[in-house]
Amino acid sequence: MTAPALELIDVRAGYGRINVLHGVDLTLPRGKVLALLGANGAGKSTTAQVAGGRIVPRSGCLHVGGHHVNGASSADLAKAGVCTVPEGRGIFPNLTVDENLWVMTHVAPGSRSELRERAFRFFPRLGQRRGQLAGTLSGGEQQMLAMSRALVSEPSVLILDEMSMGLAPLIVRELFENVAMLKDQGIAILIIEQFAETALRVADFAAVMAHGRITAVGLPDQIAGQLSSAYLGGAA
Amino acid sequence: MHTFLAFTVVGVVTGAIYAVAASGLVVTYTTSGVFNFAHGAIGMFMAFLYWELRVHQHWPAPVALVVVLLILSPLLGALIERLLMRRLYAAPMGVSIVVTLALLVMLLGVSESIWPSQELRRLPGFFAGHSVSVSGVHVTYHQLIVLVVAALTAGFLRFLMFHTRTGVTMRAVVDNRDLAGMNGIYPERVAQLSWALGATLAALAGILIAPALTLNHQLLTFLVINGYAAAMLGKLKNLPLTFVGALILGLAQAYVIGYGGGVSLGSFRLIDAAQVVPTVFLFLVMVGMPQVRLPAGRLVAAAAPRVPALRSSLGWAAGLVVGISALSYVLSDFWTFNFALALSLGIVLLSLVLLAGYAGQVSLMQMTFAGVGAVIVGRVVGNGSLVGVLAAGLVTAVLGALVALPVLRLQPLYLALTTLALAMFGDWAFNQSWGFNQGGSLTVKRLAIGPITFGNEQAQLVLLSVVFSAAGVLVLAIRRGPYGRRLAALRDSPVAASTLGMNLVVTKTTVFALSAGLAGIGGALFSGLRVSVSPNDFLPLESLFLFLVLSFGGVTTVIGALFGGVFLALVPELQKHINIDNIQYIGIGVGAISLATNPHGFGGSISMAGEQLREAWAKRRRRPPAPVPAMTLETAA
Repeated sequence: MTAPALELIDVRAGYGRINVLHGVDLTLPRGKVLALLGANGAGKSTTAQVAGGRIVPRSGCLHVGGHHVNGASSADLAKAGVCTVPEGRGIFPNLTVDENLWVMTHVAPGSRSELRERAFRFFPRLGQRRGQLAGTLSGGEQQMLAMSRALVSEPSVLILDEMSMGLAPLIVRELFENVAMLKDQGIAILIIEQFAETALRVADFAAVMAHGRITAVGLPDQIAGQLSSAYLGGAA
Repeated sequence: MHTFLAFTVVGVVTGAIYAVAASGLVVTYTTSGVFNFAHGAIGMFMAFLYWELRVHQHWPAPVALVVVLLILSPLLGALIERLLMRRLYAAPMGVSIVVTLALLVMLLGVSESIWPSQELRRLPGFFAGHSVSVSGVHVTYHQLIVLVVAALTAGFLRFLMFHTRTGVTMRAVVDNRDLAGMNGIYPERVAQLSWALGATLAALAGILIAPALTLNHQLLTFLVINGYAAAMLGKLKNLPLTFVGALILGLAQAYVIGYGGGVSLGSFRLIDAAQVVPTVFLFLVMVGMPQVRLPAGRLVAAAAPRVPALRSSLGWAAGLVVGISALSYVLSDFWTFNFALALSLGIVLLSLVLLAGYAGQVSLMQMTFAGVGAVIVGRVVGNGSLVGVLAAGLVTAVLGALVALPVLRLQPLYLALTTLALAMFGDWAFNQSWGFNQGGSLTVKRLAIGPITFGNEQAQLVLLSVVFSAAGVLVLAIRRGPYGRRLAALRDSPVAASTLGMNLVVTKTTVFALSAGLAGIGGALFSGLRVSVSPNDFLPLESLFLFLVLSFGGVTTVIGALFGGVFLALVPELQKHINIDNIQYIGIGVGAISLATNPHGFGGSISMAGEQLREAWAKRRRRPPAPVPAMTLETAA
C-alpha cells in the first residue's frame, strides 16, 4: 500500500493567540481530487496554509508522500512537490509575465524557454502578454498565470485555495477544465472552495469544515445533500 | 569656460559616488523592503577598514580592495541580515527604522572605539599624483576610476536585476514574499544576498569618497546620506532615475561651491550653503514628489501599555517631585546637575512620546526644536525670564506647524528622512551668525520668575522635576482625551481615520505644533541648566539618540521618556568612571536592536508587567469560595 499524497493528522494551528484548527484529520490519496468545503471562517484556508507549509501546526502531523514534514518551510515543500496556488492572485504583480514564469524554474523542470513554451501552450493568451507587468493583467489572466505553475511544475500535490474567487463563470469553467486535466495526469489535488458546486463536479471526495474541524467526509453526491445543514452549522 | 569645466568634472565625479551609494540603498530596499539608514555607516566603517589595511598595515591596494569589498563587506551585510533584518520583514516600518538607525549608531560607536577620532587619517586616492588633461582641466586617475566604477555599477545592476534569474528572484521576493516561498525560493537567502550586495556598494562608495576628505566617522556616515536624496528621486526603486538624481546633486553642489561666492543676499553668501545642498535637494524631492500610494492600514500591536488614569498619574507626578526634591538634599552638586539634565532631556523626550508614540509620526529633529528654543530664550526674548521660556515654546510650536505642512502626506519612512534632512539643515543654520553666535556658544541665564530664582543646581533640579511631571501628566491627559484617540486613529490607520471624517491636516499640524512647542520649552530649560550651549548640543545625531533611547525605553510611555533622559545624561558620566569608550553608542545600538523582539521597549515591559501583577492580584481576590462541581455544569447545559 502506498502512502497518501497528503495527510493531516489531528492538526491544531492558528495565528498568534487564536486557535483556528482544533484537530483536523484529512487524507488525500494519490491521484485523487478532494474538495474541502465550508462557510467563511471555517478554517479551510488555514488548513491549506498548514498543508503548504506556510503555518507550522501547533500539534499533530503533516505528512507528504508518507514523510513527516512538520516545520518544513513552504519553499521546502514546494521543492518536495507540493504546489500551492494561494487565495487571491498567486502572481508577482511587479514582474512581467515572462519574469513570473522565469521564477517558476525554481520548482519546474527544464530550461526557461521550455517552461515558457509549455505555459503558452496551455494559455496562449499569456503569450500575447509576455512583456506586460503581471499586475496589469485581467483577473482571469492573472489566475491563468498562477495556474501555470501548477501546470508546468509537475507537482505530486496541488493545493488550490479559492481559485474561482471574483472570476467570471466562463473563466472559472476554463480553469476547472485544467484541473480535470491535471487530475488525469495523476496529481493529487486539494480544492478549497466556498462555492461548492463547481468543485464537487471534479472532485472524487469531499469534506466539510466547520469551526476548525472536519464535520463530514464522503462522496460528492453524499456531501452535496448535507451541504446546507453544514453551512448553517447544524451538522455533527 | 575653464572654471565651468573644472567644476563640472568635480560635480560629475561627486555625483558618480553618490550614485554608487544610492544604488546600494535602492538594492537593499527593493530586495528586502527595509530602508537601511545604516547604509552610510557601513560605507564609513568599511572605508576605515580599508584605511587600516591599506595605510596602516601597508597592504597593496588590490589585495586590500579584494579583502574589503569582496570578503568583509558582503560578510558584514549577510551578518546584519541574519542577526537583525530577518526578524523585521513582518514588522511595521517604524521598527525597521529604529533598528537600522540603531545599527548606524552602533557602527559609529564601534569604529570610534577602534579608530579614535583624535588621530588624523588620510586615505590616498587610487594612483595618487597621476592625472590627464581634458581641454585644459586636470582629471586625476582617481576621478576617472570613480566614473568608470559608477558606469560599471549601473550596468552590472541593470543586468543583474533584469537579465539574471537571481535578480528576478530578488524582485519576486519583494513583490510577494509568501508566494516566493511557494515557488521554492528561500526568501531569507535571497535577502541575505541582497544585503551582502548592498553592503559592498556602500563600502565602494565609502572608499571612493574618503580620499576627498580626512577620514571622519560622522562626516562619512552622514555624507553618504546625500545618496539618500538621489535614491528618493527614483522613489527608491528606479535605478536610472537614481543615477540622474545623483548627477544633479553632484553638479548642483559643485556649482554652488564654484559660483556661490559671488551670489549674496545681505550678509548671506550662497557659497556658505554648499553644505546643505543635498539636504535642500532631499527636502524638495520629498515634498514635491508624488507619493507612493498609502498602503491600506495594517493592524499592528493590539496590546499597547495601559494609559494610567488622571488620579494615578497625578499621584506618580507628586511622588516624583517629592522624591527628587528629597534626593536633591543628599546628592552632590555634580549629580544634582546630571539628574536635572536627565529631566530636561526627559521633557524633550516627552514631546516625542506625543508625536512618535501616540501619533505615530517619526521625527528625527526634536533636538533641532530644542536648539531653536535655546536660541529664542538666550538671544531673542528676555534671557532667563519665564516669558522667554514660554516664547521659546510658542515660536517652536509655530515652527512645528510650519514643518508639518509640507510633510503632511508623508509615510513614516519619508517623514523620518525629511525630518532628518531638516535636522541637518538646522545644524547648518545654528552654525551661522544668525543662529547661535558665530564661534558657537551661547550663554543662557537660569530661569528667574519675579523674586524667585532657580540659580543653583538644587533649585534647577526641583524646577525641572516639576516641569517634567507636569508635562508627563499633560501628555497622558492628552492621550486619554478625545484628541488622544484621534492621534491613535492617525497612527493606526490614516486612511480609515480620514474616511471616518477625521481632518488629518488639523490633527497632524496640531500634534507637530504641540510636540515642537514642548521640545522648545525643554530646550530652553536644558540650555538654562547648562548655562552655556553650542550647536554641538543639538546635532542631528543627538536627535537620533533621543529617538532611539525612547524607542528602547518605550515610545508610548512616560517612563520611557524618563528612562531615556537618565540614560542620555548619566551614561556618559558613568563611562568616565568605568573607562569603556563610546558606551552610550554601543548601549543605544544594542538596546534599540533588542526592540526587534519587543516593540514596546523597556517602559512598555514594565507597564505591562505591572498590569499583569494587578490582574493576578484582582483574580486572587475575586476567586470564588468553593469550586463548582463539574456535574452541575453539565446538567445546567
